[in-house]
Amino acid sequence: MSIKIITEKCTGCTLCVKTCPFGAITVVNKKAIIDLHKCNLCGACVPACKFKAILLEKPAAAAEKKDFSDHKGVWVFAEQKKGKVQSVSFELVGKARELADKLGTYVGAVLIGHNVDLGAQELVSAGADTVYVVDEPQLANFLDEAYSKVVIKLIRKYKPDIMLSGATIIGRSLMSRVAITVDCGLTADCTGLDIDPDRKILLQTRPAFGGNIMATIISPNHRPQMATVRHKVFNQPALDKHRKGKIVKETFTASDLSNRTTLLDVVEEVENLVNLAEADIIVSGGRALGNHENFKMLEELAQVLGAAVGASRAAVDSGWMPYSHQVGQTGRTVAPKLYIACGISGQIQHLVGMQSSKVIVAINKDPDAPIFKVATYGIVGDIFEIVPALTKKFKEVLHK
Amino acid sequence: MNIIVCIKQVPETTDVRINPETNTLIRDGVKSIINPFDMYAIEAGVRLKEKMGGKVIVITMGPPQAEAALREAISMGCDEAVLVSDRAFAGSDTWATSYTLSCAIRKAAKEFGGYDVVICGKQASDGDTAQVGPGISTHLDIPQVTYVKKIEEVKDNTVKVERMTEEGYDVISAPLPVLFTVVKEINEPRIPSLKGMMRAKSAKIAVWTAKDIDADPKDLGLSGSPTNVVRIFTPAHRTGGQMITGETGEIVAKVAGLLKEVITG
Ligand SMILES: Cc1cc2nc3c(=O)[nH]c(=O)nc-3n(C[C@H](O)[C@H](O)[C@H](O)COP(=O)(O)OP(=O)(O)OC[C@H]3O[C@@H](n4cnc5c(N)ncnc54)[C@H](O)[C@@H]3O)c2cc1C
Ligand SMILES: Cc1cc2nc3c(=O)[nH]c(=O)nc-3n(C[C@H](O)[C@H](O)[C@H](O)COP(=O)(O)OP(=O)(O)OC[C@H]3O[C@@H](n4cnc5c(N)ncnc54)[C@H](O)[C@@H]3O)c2cc1C
Ligand code: SF4
Ligand code: SF4
Repeated sequence: MSIKIITEKCTGCTLCVKTCPFGAITVVNKKAIIDLHKCNLCGACVPACKFKAILLEKPAAAAEKKDFSDHKGVWVFAEQKKGKVQSVSFELVGKARELADKLGTYVGAVLIGHNVDLGAQELVSAGADTVYVVDEPQLANFLDEAYSKVVIKLIRKYKPDIMLSGATIIGRSLMSRVAITVDCGLTADCTGLDIDPDRKILLQTRPAFGGNIMATIISPNHRPQMATVRHKVFNQPALDKHRKGKIVKETFTASDLSNRTTLLDVVEEVENLVNLAEADIIVSGGRALGNHENFKMLEELAQVLGAAVGASRAAVDSGWMPYSHQVGQTGRTVAPKLYIACGISGQIQHLVGMQSSKVIVAINKDPDAPIFKVATYGIVGDIFEIVPALTKKFKEVLHK
Repeated sequence: MNIIVCIKQVPETTDVRINPETNTLIRDGVKSIINPFDMYAIEAGVRLKEKMGGKVIVITMGPPQAEAALREAISMGCDEAVLVSDRAFAGSDTWATSYTLSCAIRKAAKEFGGYDVVICGKQASDGDTAQVGPGISTHLDIPQVTYVKKIEEVKDNTVKVERMTEEGYDVISAPLPVLFTVVKEINEPRIPSLKGMMRAKSAKIAVWTAKDIDADPKDLGLSGSPTNVVRIFTPAHRTGGQMITGETGEIVAKVAGLLKEVITG
């Protein structure tokens, strides 16, 4: 495969220069030139050229039409911990329902664990038509290889058209293994999913380059079309207890379930009990807090709001909060309904971890702090004055 | 013990900006660095070697400029460096990237006397998928532990590690050979020593092409990549909203009013 400019057709209009996300095209003497070291062969420039002057030769295999009519169903890997189905999986079942209705097909959920009957029922209530349950004592906790082998076997047996999973630690580790083995593409950490109305394929949109750009990705020539999806981008569906669905128990042999690594212990850290990634509201503190004790002030506000406490890297590196609370490029990516940034300047590495929050409130004494550029509501002021006052006010407003 | 570390050269993200007029990533003058997570991978590899003996072989797939990343890795204590570079790799998604790297690891095993541990970063700061590490272990058919935050001990051909989870961590024992992807908590990468930097300057870097690593051409680059990027655009930029001003009492009253629905809804 290769890319080239058909010099005779090129007018030097620079349209392609503007579309190339990699800055690979320059126009010299009214002709476009592609720097092949920078070009990623993403193809974005091809439709941008009104003069059909860019030729991207795709491999023959990609051009050939394959028949996927035997692949049906939108599947969700239902992640469970201690038997409890995780919220991201319900969000995905809700989204899968919508996609399946557009395609005129069914929603399948794969639930692997031990004593998960209740979860299977809930998945039906959330919108699944069929839940494939694999219930074995040795599968109570996630195991990379055993879980992959189970998912792979089910995919080969039932041939789903689409397979979704949360972009969690488990989801990313598991789906990567599955995708390679079943020879399918996998789009990471999507924030948008839709069906192309003409081609009936899955359009997967995701942020890359730390959220600086968005890419829409397809895997048209492989089935299932696989994606991991960020939590909290789709709404939780309402649970309808009367909804009916099939629960199919699948059994596997011991060798199917073998796993070369051994899980020796599962440790829960107390400070981690409020899971940042799952939190609907996060109160986050930065260098302005000054020490560990002052984080109590944020914890009080968080408690009133039912929120989790986050921190900037400056606060974590100073030892005031454990790393598990860090939000940002090298910490957690979060997208709560409400993010309250207290004494955080808003450097890009912090912003990429929280800028998809629905509402952002920033409190900072510097009116020029970059955090105000992303804040829905900005307050210029001293956190030591504003935060306790907020705590008091919310106590009144929410609990009277 | 032979340790293979995979690193990726990425643009220094602070500088990755979109030019709002042209809608392109401004990459001119942007420094290329080693993917931040891969610094922890290098350090983890070098520490393992210092404890167990053996060699650290650092591998990157990328354009010729990626050599700079390899030299930096040598300055931190890696022993051998391989640049896997070929136009045929252009347009690789994670399927093709992990396939290519697995072929390179197989060849490295032949050249340098086998391997026991492969270490990758948790994810790259540009592509951001976290899929290449587990992709490599699947292609190599070896076990994996992702998100490793501590390597506890190596004994009798098994390694005990801690894997980060959303709630805390798992303690896992893995037989060799195994692949790890590592998170920031695992260590503090060292500053290269003067001696290391000298060595890096003169070190010989092997350059392998698609042919050298015995890869199947149909599984490389665009043709080996099931995913296609069809559109790239800038996210609707979040713009600053409303500034809330006044006395503290007024401010909190306004804020509480504005947020009540968000909090209870
Ligand atoms: C490779 C790399 C990765 C990184 N990853 C991350 C990451 O994951 N997460 C992250 O957060 N950072 C990360 N950083 C660091 C980032 O660049 C910033 O240094 C960091 O976010 C700054 O934290 P801060 O806003 O708390 O501190 P500062 O930038 O020092 O900001 C403190 C702010 O508090 C305000 N302030 C001070 N006192 C008060 C007061 N009494 N009342 C109100 N406001 C007050 C100040 O005006 C200032 O704006 C990374 C950096 C690099 C190079
Ligand atoms: C905008 C955009 C979006 C994309 N989205 C997807 C997608 O959703 N799915 C997909 O399959 N591909 C996607 N790609 C392609 C993907 O970025 C490339 O395949 C890339 O080579 C590897 O992925 P990564 O950067 O995400 O690495 P990650 O998987 O995040 O990297 C993890 C670790 O693997 C190792 N590693 C990664 N790359 C190399 C390398 N070249 N050499 C040595 N070690 C390496 C490093 O140790 C690194 O820390 C996308 C590309 C672009 C430009
Ligand atoms: S868009 Fe087409 S005509 Fe315009 S400069 Fe680019 S290649 Fe030439
Ligand atoms: S194919 Fe993509 S990276 Fe290459 S020149 Fe075109 S727009 Fe730029």
